[in-house]
Amino acid sequence: MTIFARPRTASPMEAARWSPRRQLATNLRSVFGRAYPRLIGLAREPSWTFFEVLLPFLTTSAFVFVYRALDAPAEYIGFVVLGGAMTAFWINVVWMMGAQLWWEKDAGNLELYFTTPIDLMSVLLGMALGGLVASCLRAGVVLLVGTVVYGVSFGVDQWVLLLAVFVLTLTALYGFGMVLASLFLLWGREAFHLAQLLQEPVYFLSGLNFPVARLGMLGALAISTLPLAVGLDAMRQLAFPGGVATYGTPSPEIEAALLVAMTCFFLLAARFMLRTIERMARHEGRLTTRGD
Amino acid sequence: MSLPSVPAIETRGLRRVYKTKPKPIVALDGIDLEVAPGEFFGLLGPNGAGKTTLIKILTTLLLPTTGTARVFGFDVARETRQIRRLMNIVAGGEQSGYGLLQVREQLWMFSQFYGLGTREGWQRVDELIEAVGLDEQRNQKVSSLSTGQRQKMNFARGLLNDPWVFFLDEPTLGLDVSAARSVRELVRTWKDALPGRTILLTTHYMAEAEELCERIAIVDHGRILAIGTPDELKHRVQSESIFRLEVDRLERGAGALAGLPGVVSASTATDGTTPAPDGVQTLNLILDNDTALGGVVTALGSMGAQIVALRKSEPSLEDVFVELVGRGFDEDGAGSNGHHEAVAR
Ligand SMILES: Nc1ncnc2c1ncn2[C@@H]1O[C@H](COP(=O)(O)OP(=O)(O)OP(=O)(O)O)[C@@H](O)[C@H]1O
Ligand SMILES: [Mg+2]
Repeated sequence: MTIFARPRTASPMEAARWSPRRQLATNLRSVFGRAYPRLIGLAREPSWTFFEVLLPFLTTSAFVFVYRALDAPAEYIGFVVLGGAMTAFWINVVWMMGAQLWWEKDAGNLELYFTTPIDLMSVLLGMALGGLVASCLRAGVVLLVGTVVYGVSFGVDQWVLLLAVFVLTLTALYGFGMVLASLFLLWGREAFHLAQLLQEPVYFLSGLNFPVARLGMLGALAISTLPLAVGLDAMRQLAFPGGVATYGTPSPEIEAALLVAMTCFFLLAARFMLRTIERMARHEGRLTTRGD
Repeated sequence: MSLPSVPAIETRGLRRVYKTKPKPIVALDGIDLEVAPGEFFGLLGPNGAGKTTLIKILTTLLLPTTGTARVFGFDVARETRQIRRLMNIVAGGEQSGYGLLQVREQLWMFSQFYGLGTREGWQRVDELIEAVGLDEQRNQKVSSLSTGQRQKMNFARGLLNDPWVFFLDEPTLGLDVSAARSVRELVRTWKDALPGRTILLTTHYMAEAEELCERIAIVDHGRILAIGTPDELKHRVQSESIFRLEVDRLERGAGALAGLPGVVSASTATDGTTPAPDGVQTLNLILDNDTALGGVVTALGSMGAQIVALRKSEPSLEDVFVELVGRGFDEDGAGSNGHHEAVAR
């Protein structure tokens, strides 16, 4: 067995000594490493994708018909289609990301990850990346089909800003997902119940199916706290400029800055919580243990 | 290659207390241990002895309550990164990974966690798949592997970074005799291929410890009871006489014999309260000297038990354990399935 006779390092000391660059490179590699199963899953289990596209699309269609029946301004249809597309990410964050670490713990993966040289943050980022790419596909389909079927016309001037806002919305949203995943692991079942309780109100406040500006003060509160609310509002302003429905909310530039701040906050919070989780696990001998 | 001068593993007064209710559990109660680089070291102990707890501390998953532990000089509490780079761990019954991935893909994913390059990772994965004997399963989904194949994959994973210390926590747990044998063979082949590789293996199968390990620590209730080579340990009971009896209708269990003159210990291989289907049990006797056997035979006769076979035997690690702890491995209710008997045959 030749491979067994070939040492990878000359001494234990050499094996333990990594340059900061190597540590960073390994962390980056493991982000993709962890995203990999998610992407493979996407290709291997296409039936999931079908439902995850169909459900947001049906919701979107229902709102389109309601707005049409009410003779709402044409831009509302575009709003709803955009919101429907973003729902794909939201569902992914709440239902997949949130429970991820929990599942990893249950499968015994989490403990194993702790024994590897990488930062657990890379694993969490990898999960987010995998989910994000998978959901992009779904969101794209909803957006495309919705646009064609319901004849939405976009009037984008600031493409770069729109793209930036879209990307920032996702980073903030998945940053939130990472926090959620850590919270679920820390608090267990209670956190699940809390999330289920909050699911509907948050859904509503994010203004997936109507402009959040209509909610007045509540809408302003949503914009200042919920990544999806602020991201959607900014994207609607940019995709349908001059529309009356987003009147009264901050400019897209300010909202983009808000998204940057949210992203930073969520990433730092997730990192802090992962550290806490590891510290508690090493002190108390639970949390990362299978089946407790 | 010159071996490093620091011990591969070193613990000093290591204690670990779990803060459980109603009262805390002392899982490790002052472990002093030194394992040299290149050594194959075994921790032998019954369920709950503290073996996994010790491994978890050494693999940086758990902090010591007091005392210190070092791996190649690196402190488990502070220098976790360094330790994680040079060691790896495989446990029995490990179910890590993602069922929908193929064996190759799963191993490649893990290779990325150890900093192997993309291509380098694939190459190493393919070589390891061959080395552990999973060629035919390389493109099979992880979820479809048998328990034995699964454990081979876990080994391939554990060898991705070619660890300097390899922790094996009951690696043959749940495997049948032949799968367990091929896992043991694999471990030994890897270990012998290069000097300097250190293994710390925990097990409650005595035959496994005896077959693989150069040095063994017998642990129970978080303490090391004895430490030495298998031969050294067995010499401890050499002065006594050891007999194995096959006894039918031993209804009152081995306990009734313990008080007889000259009997150091009497224990059954299976839990005494549930006789084997055919009613015949194996009785292990440690006697001060051969003459005490007469009393035991008489006592068995008066109990209505019938001796089917009797032979004098060389001391085994089990005898050492029985003498040290005063009970057999399987006599605490939480006992194993007698797998070590199967291994021994
Ligand atoms: N996370 C934990 N919380 C509380 N108590 C624990 C925990 N882990 C282990 N223990 C207790 O510590 C003691 C030692 O357990 P440990 O798992 O180290 O034993 P072991 O020798 O590995 O046993 P086994 O052969 O069953 O694997 C046991 O009494 C066990 O109940
Ligand atoms: Mg154990």
